[in-house]
Amino acid sequence: MSSTATPPPGYRTVNGPLEEVGRSGGRGRSTVAAVREILAHRELLGRLVSRELRAKYKNSSLGILWSLIRPLAQLLIYYIAIGQFLGAARSIPDFAIFVFTGLTVWGLYSEIVSAGTSSILSNSGLVKKVYVPREIFPLATVGGALFNFVVQFVILIGATIVAGKPPLHPALLYAPMSVILVVILGTAFALVLSALNVYLRDVQHLVEILLLVFFWASPIVYSMGFVNNALQGSWLEEVYLANPVTLAIIGMQKAMWVAGTNDPAQYWPDYLLLRMVIALVVSLVVLWVAQRVFSRLQGNFAQEL
Amino acid sequence: MSSSPEPLVVVRGVSKRFTMHRDKSVKDRILYFRSRKQSRDDFWALTDVSFEVGLGETVGLIGHNGSGKSTLLKVIGGIVDPTTGSILRRGRVAALLELGAGFHPDLSGRDNVYLNAAILGMSSDQTDAVFDDIVEFSGIGEFIDSQVKFYSSGMYVRLAFAVAVHSDPDLLLVDEVLAVGDEPFQQKCMAKIRQFQREGRTIVLVSHSAEQVADVCSRTIVLDGGRVVHDGGVGEGIRVLREGYERDRIQAQEAAAAKLRPDEAVSLDAVRILDVTVAGADDRPVGSVPVERGSDLAITIHAEVRSPIDWIVGFTLESITGHMVYRLNSEGLGLDLPRAPGTYSVRFDLRDTNFGRDRLIVSAGATTLDGTTLDLLNPAATIDFREDPSGAGFMQFDTVGTVAPFAAP
Repeated sequence: MSSTATPPPGYRTVNGPLEEVGRSGGRGRSTVAAVREILAHRELLGRLVSRELRAKYKNSSLGILWSLIRPLAQLLIYYIAIGQFLGAARSIPDFAIFVFTGLTVWGLYSEIVSAGTSSILSNSGLVKKVYVPREIFPLATVGGALFNFVVQFVILIGATIVAGKPPLHPALLYAPMSVILVVILGTAFALVLSALNVYLRDVQHLVEILLLVFFWASPIVYSMGFVNNALQGSWLEEVYLANPVTLAIIGMQKAMWVAGTNDPAQYWPDYLLLRMVIALVVSLVVLWVAQRVFSRLQGNFAQEL
Repeated sequence: MSSSPEPLVVVRGVSKRFTMHRDKSVKDRILYFRSRKQSRDDFWALTDVSFEVGLGETVGLIGHNGSGKSTLLKVIGGIVDPTTGSILRRGRVAALLELGAGFHPDLSGRDNVYLNAAILGMSSDQTDAVFDDIVEFSGIGEFIDSQVKFYSSGMYVRLAFAVAVHSDPDLLLVDEVLAVGDEPFQQKCMAKIRQFQREGRTIVLVSHSAEQVADVCSRTIVLDGGRVVHDGGVGEGIRVLREGYERDRIQAQEAAAAKLRPDEAVSLDAVRILDVTVAGADDRPVGSVPVERGSDLAITIHAEVRSPIDWIVGFTLESITGHMVYRLNSEGLGLDLPRAPGTYSVRFDLRDTNFGRDRLIVSAGATTLDGTTLDLLNPAATIDFREDPSGAGFMQFDTVGTVAPFAAP
């Protein structure tokens, strides 16, 4: 066989250079390469998202409605127990909308983190048998969570219109920023936790507990005013506000909860926009670090599963 | 070995270490933190494996269980990263490591086809274009729109294979999946693989079936304990593999014998096969001169009985690709062999031989009456035959062809 020999007609030729497959010696693949690889598989990403959504509600007569029933039930519980019994609703106008705004953002974040954490494990069949960039699996759960978020968000907008206070004001710009912040931070955690969960299954149980704790560490069912009253602007309040998820929730409330935005009695932290921009930059750095960690850990996925 | 000018896959000094942790929980890790080093077992699945696969080659990866074949295939597929060394590859790869790995039981066959195709790197448009072919090839028919969990395992496998072969791969990695499915479907698969070969696609196939490998592969790589022990011709590769099995068998037998108490153990070296001679009708050894059709052959096995035992001796003729062609032993002939120690010649006369293969390999063995192998000589000798000028197969005949007008009765 010589290189000048012409192949018979119809005979396959493969153009293109040899490329290294996999990484030896624990070197991670560069972030740029990873992003390029994921973009090349974006079709698969879309299919995985739709697979998750469709398989989840297949054979159930209410289908997608189930993704709404849970936050609505939560809303009802908090509205009655905290709003009416504990009396939080007295100082918070439009309490139902306030709570639902917080629940919507928190739901997005907690779904990304909790579903993301178990994503590699639940797709172990694929991880072990075919090569696709593994970041795809946590990212697919982000896509699924975003879909559920959009459904809830539409309900939220509908509720504000029914309440006669549609969010048509400049502060609405906080809404996209909140979503971006939550998605970036959530994705970062999903990447790291999903990789760690392969090696240590305890991670997914730990994550459940932590999500339960952090639910109360953000002003979802109580307003920021209560926190300010208790902490009086001390350094502890700064710590409380350093949580990017808290900032995202406050930002979303500023955008969607018109009754509170226009109410001079409500407390809003200073420099909210600046705080959110800083949180966004920090979250991006965290996301990059998360991708590096994921890249290092993913080499042994197939044998650890 | 047979590296073409533009290899599709280059494997350079690849080793793979698996570390087995005995501790898995946090408690274990904290309690035994200091002794973690001891709680690890290293296992080298591959050791310094290097080879190239050229464009259009069909390579059979063979070896016994646990020899590292599947790991090597996974390393080539990029599913497992090598510990040291590197893999270079180009072109599109479809890995058939486990059929239907990406299938979701709750989705319909149609959805799963699109999902699986996306996993193999196809766009929706490309899948649309071959969708009907996929359904046609799989023979799923109207069930394509029912959920995959209601499929039989055969349907499952057929659909998955159909997707993989329609994904237009340059390199197809196949891991023992062809053994599933019914016979017509297996034939369909083999036909598809041959079509791939004609089209110049490259195939790396892991199989336990020597016949399958001999059938489609142009080259074999034999792995043993994670090392390449043979890289080259198919016939030779299969022989190397069989010798490996034989060595393992003897080791296992010796280990078993060591466990038995001396009085009940069958002395496994009770019979030794010394050598085998193949002679023509004139009692002269045939040597390397091709045997003519119709010649008489005498195969004589010289064996030494070391301690009194009831034994059977016989020989097997195999083609170079490992197909058994003929087998004969003393029991079949109703021949009683002497129990007393001594050296004996057991002669088998084969009259009017008409073997069709140009070369057959003779192996000889001795067993006890219940079939425990006492000794095996493989290969013991080779016999070359004059090629059949007209036909082909395991046998040859004196053939004549005529043609005449056909008159209906």
